[in-house]
Amino acid sequence: MTSAVTPLSLAEFHQFQTGEVNFVYLVPSGGVFAISPAARQAIDLLREQPLPADELLTALSGKGHTPAEAQEAITDLFEARAIRDPRGHQETPQEPVENFPLQSLVMNLTNQCNLSCQYCYEFGEDKVATPEGKPKFMSEEVAKASVDHLLLSSQGRRAIHITFFGGETLMNFPMLKWVVGYATEKAAEAGQYIDFSLTTNGTLLSPEIIDFLVEHSIGVTVSMDGPKEMHDKLRVYSNGKGSYDILAPKVKQLIQKHSTRPIAARVTLTQQVISVKEIFHHLKNEFGFAEVGFAPVTAAPDRLYTIGTNNMDRIFAEFKELAAEYRDHAISGRMHGFSNVSDTLAEIHAGINKSHPCGAGLGLVGVGPSGDIAPCHRFVDSDEHALGSVLDGGMDKAKQKAFLDKGHIGAKFDCHSCFARPLCAGGCHHEAFVRYGDTGHPNLHFCDWIRGWTDLCLNIYGEIAVKNPSFLDHFDSRKPLQ
Amino acid sequence: MKHLKAINKKALRIEQHVAAAHGDIHALQQPGGPSPAAKPHYPVGCSIVFSPGWEVDSAGGTAGLCQPAERDLYDCYVTCFWPAQVPDHYNNYPDWTSKCASATKDWRNIDLVFP
Repeated sequence: MTSAVTPLSLAEFHQFQTGEVNFVYLVPSGGVFAISPAARQAIDLLREQPLPADELLTALSGKGHTPAEAQEAITDLFEARAIRDPRGHQETPQEPVENFPLQSLVMNLTNQCNLSCQYCYEFGEDKVATPEGKPKFMSEEVAKASVDHLLLSSQGRRAIHITFFGGETLMNFPMLKWVVGYATEKAAEAGQYIDFSLTTNGTLLSPEIIDFLVEHSIGVTVSMDGPKEMHDKLRVYSNGKGSYDILAPKVKQLIQKHSTRPIAARVTLTQQVISVKEIFHHLKNEFGFAEVGFAPVTAAPDRLYTIGTNNMDRIFAEFKELAAEYRDHAISGRMHGFSNVSDTLAEIHAGINKSHPCGAGLGLVGVGPSGDIAPCHRFVDSDEHALGSVLDGGMDKAKQKAFLDKGHIGAKFDCHSCFARPLCAGGCHHEAFVRYGDTGHPNLHFCDWIRGWTDLCLNIYGEIAVKNPSFLDHFDSRKPLQ
Repeated sequence: MKHLKAINKKALRIEQHVAAAHGDIHALQQPGGPSPAAKPHYPVGCSIVFSPGWEVDSAGGTAGLCQPAERDLYDCYVTCFWPAQVPDHYNNYPDWTSKCASATKDWRNIDLVFP
């Protein structure tokens, strides 16, 4: 034994395989490498026990590799930091720079809505908003100050983005129109490229509104929960009547006429609505949505619509089947439209390593009708989470820092041994607050699910990389963060 | 890297980082010069370049310095020590020394520029 020599051991990575090809997903760097059989065997040897370099070399040479080849494999693994000696340093994601330029502004044009979806995070049982005594609709003064805030805070960025949100966004369509005009003009003066998108429940779409959206290339996401019987379970008017029949013809018209931007559907899964594949095919085939994305409802554990563990497993099984469809499409060079997969693949492709789960409070903020700045649209109108006001001094840097420090991956000890952390970083701040009363708490109730999902998407990524690598070029132009 | 093939963009960056550590930095007095794979090679940055500047050797001349005195020209040019005094490599005159493969022999090929 060469006990004086420090032994080599495995660093952090997640291993997966596609056919004959072995891959490693390195943590925390986020690099994906295909590895040679010799490298694979070196990993297997070290998995049994840490070994000094010379013993590893001898053992690996004994498996049919020349010493030079074995040495190369060990060196390559070491240099990519897939293996390490105990003196190797731990990397943590860098702290964000103090003056991170803003990129996206979510403008909640109103906190009013013509629907009464039971699970709504803005009005439902777990709401964080405190809208009492505040304006219900965003005024021109606040809208102007919001756009000015975006332009002032985004200096150095070539492209910026405004998302319109609500309440029901289209209940304040006049202000939306005004903002598009004002922001386009101001962005042009500043030499920046700006684009717009909105989220709507679809019930208030009209031919005039659709024409405006087409003319200004405004991206549209429609909140829809699937076929009528599923959609109408929770997406209802205040009298309990479902909204499907009202929105369906309007949304179809939107999709038919709006060719300048792909139209997406965004589905909220609940204990009552979990048939992922059926919903996807309904929205994709019956409506013609370009993309359909799913997210579980955010709610306290004991709500009637909160998804139980068994149903989370069922959702995973359906996600898996739908993801397999995506994979087959991708291998034959076709787009599928299951955006949960494409979003994850885009992040894997870039190899991002997140300091925070999303851009909230960093490159993205929300502004409500009162002018208060929130970390994102989900916290708008909440006094507790306000980070300043566009009417009064802009971002409160101390509050912003406190929010970001809490949400930083370095502060989430539960995450420190998880291979999914470069992509997950602990999960949604809002989900964390609703579940645990703390925006910086890791979403522990989703951990197994997220690890399963990450592994699944890595496998799909690997398989596409082997069978149709040019498909991955689609992700080159995508933003790593959304 | 022979045993690890980069698949995603981050892996490509890791590969480049590792390759750079092998091919790009080497001691100036090391025989053989940079590895054949390396691109035109200039050490950049004050921590990896030893520049004698206007110093003299122990005999009061420049012959015994570890680099030829003409090297100063490159320091002013490539690393922008004195960007106002010579054409700058970074922005405006990337090809200024293209006819000067070896400063000690070919320095006469470096001409004036007229901005």
